[in-house]
Amino acid sequence: MTSSDPDLDRGLARRLEATGLTPQEYDAIVGGLGRTPNPTELALFGVLWSEHCSYKTSRALLRQLPTTAPHVLQGPGENAGVIDLGGGLACCFKIESHNHPSAIEPVQGAATGVGGILRDVFAMGARPVALLDALAFGELAEGPQAHLGRRVVEGIAWYGNCVGIPTVGGELVQDAGYRDNCLVNAMCVGLARPEGLIRARAEGPGNPVLLVGSDTGRDGIGGAAFASAEFDEHAAERRPAVQVGNPFLEKCLLEACQELVGDPDLVALQDCGAAGLTSSCAEMAHRGGMGLDLDVSRVSRREQGMTPVEVMLSESQERMVLVVSRGAEARVAAGFARWGLHTDAIGTVRDHGRLRIADGTEPVADLPLSLLVDGSPERRPPAAPPADRERRLAADPLADPLPCPAAVAWQRILEAGNCASAEWVWRQYDHMVGDDTVAGPGGDAAVVRLRGRDDALALTVDGGHRCGAYAPRRAAAIAVAEASRNCAVVGATPLAVTNCLNFGSPDRPEVMWQLEEAISGLADACRALGLPVVSGNVSLYNDTLGRSIPPTPVVGVVGRLASLAHRIGIGFAEPGLAVVLLGPPDPSAEAGGGLGASEYQRVLWGRCEGPAPHLDLDLEARVQEVVRRAAIDGLLRSAHDCARGGLAVALTESCVSKGVGAHLRPPAMPAAPPGWLAAYLFGEAQSRVLVSCDRDRAAELGARATAQRVPHSLLGVTAGPRLALDGVVDLALSDLASWWHGALPRLLQEGVS
Amino acid sequence: MRFGIVVFPGTWSDRDCAHAAAAVGAEAVTLWHADRDLRGVDCVVLPGGFAYGDYLRAGAIAAHAPIMTSVRAFAKAGGLVLGICNGFQVLCEARLLPGALLRNRGLQFRCGWTRLGVEGRPTPFTAGALGGPPLRIPIAHGEGRYHADPGTVAALEAEGRVVLRYVDDRGRATAAANPNGSLANIAGIVSRNGNVLGMMPHPERACEAVLGSVDGLQLLRMAGPWRARAAAPAAAVATAPR
Repeated sequence: MTSSDPDLDRGLARRLEATGLTPQEYDAIVGGLGRTPNPTELALFGVLWSEHCSYKTSRALLRQLPTTAPHVLQGPGENAGVIDLGGGLACCFKIESHNHPSAIEPVQGAATGVGGILRDVFAMGARPVALLDALAFGELAEGPQAHLGRRVVEGIAWYGNCVGIPTVGGELVQDAGYRDNCLVNAMCVGLARPEGLIRARAEGPGNPVLLVGSDTGRDGIGGAAFASAEFDEHAAERRPAVQVGNPFLEKCLLEACQELVGDPDLVALQDCGAAGLTSSCAEMAHRGGMGLDLDVSRVSRREQGMTPVEVMLSESQERMVLVVSRGAEARVAAGFARWGLHTDAIGTVRDHGRLRIADGTEPVADLPLSLLVDGSPERRPPAAPPADRERRLAADPLADPLPCPAAVAWQRILEAGNCASAEWVWRQYDHMVGDDTVAGPGGDAAVVRLRGRDDALALTVDGGHRCGAYAPRRAAAIAVAEASRNCAVVGATPLAVTNCLNFGSPDRPEVMWQLEEAISGLADACRALGLPVVSGNVSLYNDTLGRSIPPTPVVGVVGRLASLAHRIGIGFAEPGLAVVLLGPPDPSAEAGGGLGASEYQRVLWGRCEGPAPHLDLDLEARVQEVVRRAAIDGLLRSAHDCARGGLAVALTESCVSKGVGAHLRPPAMPAAPPGWLAAYLFGEAQSRVLVSCDRDRAAELGARATAQRVPHSLLGVTAGPRLALDGVVDLALSDLASWWHGALPRLLQEGVS
Repeated sequence: MRFGIVVFPGTWSDRDCAHAAAAVGAEAVTLWHADRDLRGVDCVVLPGGFAYGDYLRAGAIAAHAPIMTSVRAFAKAGGLVLGICNGFQVLCEARLLPGALLRNRGLQFRCGWTRLGVEGRPTPFTAGALGGPPLRIPIAHGEGRYHADPGTVAALEAEGRVVLRYVDDRGRATAAANPNGSLANIAGIVSRNGNVLGMMPHPERACEAVLGSVDGLQLLRMAGPWRARAAAPAAAVATAPR
């Protein structure tokens, strides 16, 4: 610190604590400014230099990610990423977390998460066409977790349904590690004409800056800083930092902004999200290489007595900032007024490269944007693998046989909820509005058609593998592989990725190590599978009282189905079809048998250890290509990703989907290890797809797989109302269906196990 | 046919309704909530959504929008009015239909497929589907539980004005087939003249095989006599053919 007066130091220390800035960062601010910042300025630095806004810990790592490809129109750095779909259509998408607010106030936290991601997409000039959500909670069998789950779902449903954007997919997982920090990640996908895309770059000195939408209140003040801190026992007191949503206003904003697409007088449009006006104005001006003069007295308030800093930091929802050509203010404001929206002219674009804030005639802050937006020193806290990593990797799950009869294990895994139908959740979401949902929730990827065209979008999110705590690089690569595979199995080609990195505090060496490793894993898989990352979000400090969440890189993939006619579903369609497994036939051939950190281990052993599932990205790409080509050529009757819960869960879902069972013959394995059967049924070996085809075409499918060096095995045939694996299980579909359908309603609705 | 699709702030199935109108070969024009001109349409559609945020009560504020003055007069003169989902709620709040839509049994929003039995008197919307198998049409609502006092329900039944009912695959109005707890499984009712239909399910989402059903076409295409009559002035009262 710069002063030598102890009283002054104490005062400064208190202020720094309130802003979340470190003494080193304070020194960098003073050095950059050449003077001490006033309290308002310090508060602005506090939010913009928070992890949430500045990515100071992750941005160096994120540079590893591939972000370019010929079809990428906009990579990271804007409100959302954009890819070209050809034929005069672009797809704009992003995923974002709202974990901290949802943990404190689940309905509003989750709802405003949806609201924020919608604005990111329509700020680009795109019309949102689909939402997806990745949720993670503690064990739902604990009553409070079920309550949290119910309320998060209610918040997502309330907001998305009211705005009228279909929620077409997502996932819900439970793990004790999310008990105190649930995850709520929302992804939005929109469509635009490439020439109608809007950027958030303030340009043209003299152009007015408008704030439109909700009036500004004290809600959400400090939300970005709040999202950049661990929870302690006082977390519930932070409820005022959670914003309150108004989806009706959002719908009006959406329509009014859509009417501005193509308007030559619209210069820039920006969501007013985390860190409120401070970040939206500063980033918009800085991207355009401009400066801004703002007058906070022009901002309409919903509360009296707000200070300039409160106005600048408010995270009141449903607000957008825009720059229009000088002279067009009145016309643009009239367009918003038609939708009942109020517009304030709050400032002017300048070419001085500074953010100058006044309260009427009184100057409040004057800061260089380069320092404010880009100046936060990058952090690289020390990283080290967790102490128990070697022990966990060395555990051998194949050494133990199934601890109970196979049918009992099967039932317990389905009833535990992570491998069960999520219909209880998605039936609360309007997944059909828009008249474009061809395949909604419940399949491997949602399919949303493109009007007037034969092709369609395939959309999916995936949170990777439970081995992330001790094998984060593999877990992150698996997230990409599975999300990409989920697109391939509906017959689509994955085009690009958005990701949301949910981690604990990087100030813990093992978390920093997990973050480094996971980003490397994402980069490995994205490169191998040819997927650019076009947008994303990093959510750190998901800790409570010193415990971090399991590292969770959630990956959203947008793919393209060349023709709706190629689309296939997960369900066996009729008896008498050949059931084929593409990919490695026997998980026990790999170390750990795919049982390391598997759902089988979680449910039956309460463990999370053993070798992470093997992932050969080259094989993964070939498997996906074989499935996609076979789907396109009409060879397949169904295809289903074989992932969490292994072959048993994939078979269950393919059977229950249309009520068609199967009769399969598992291979005889006389010299197999004790855990062989567990691995065969529940092993989560990667790069596997369960397909069915007409029996007279099974040979052709096999030949195609062989030509691509993809292992394949004929498991048996579809048949009748039972699922039978000779010598292993013989299960009635009605039982399977009741376990699979019943798990989440029981856990979520009644909170009992 | 020329459909007039009313857009309130918060309406979201206006685009879907326009899409469905095209599927039945009809023209669709937008009617803005703050206007009073019905633009010479043959049928006014009040689409789904959350008009005015559904603040106060679902449909309560929308019922007092300027356009509703014209819709009321149009309906009184026998013009065809179709209220879907939020539009049904608006029609009840506007007293163009009796009863009210309460929060679903179970208090949760529900989106999914339902089967609708078509019954009661022939109306312009339902006459073409009368006597046929149940229609497969989805719902998406949080407040769709139809409620009215016993006398009103009895009168609706006696007059054959319950024209759509939630049923199972075999056409039986069972409790399990009732997605929201509506009295007597009521999914849609008509006005005394049969020219105003309110229904909670979304026929505009069931007009293409690729979306899972084409049964919505049967309701939107209008039965023959009314389709022909739509060419005549709206004052021609739409009563059921005897």
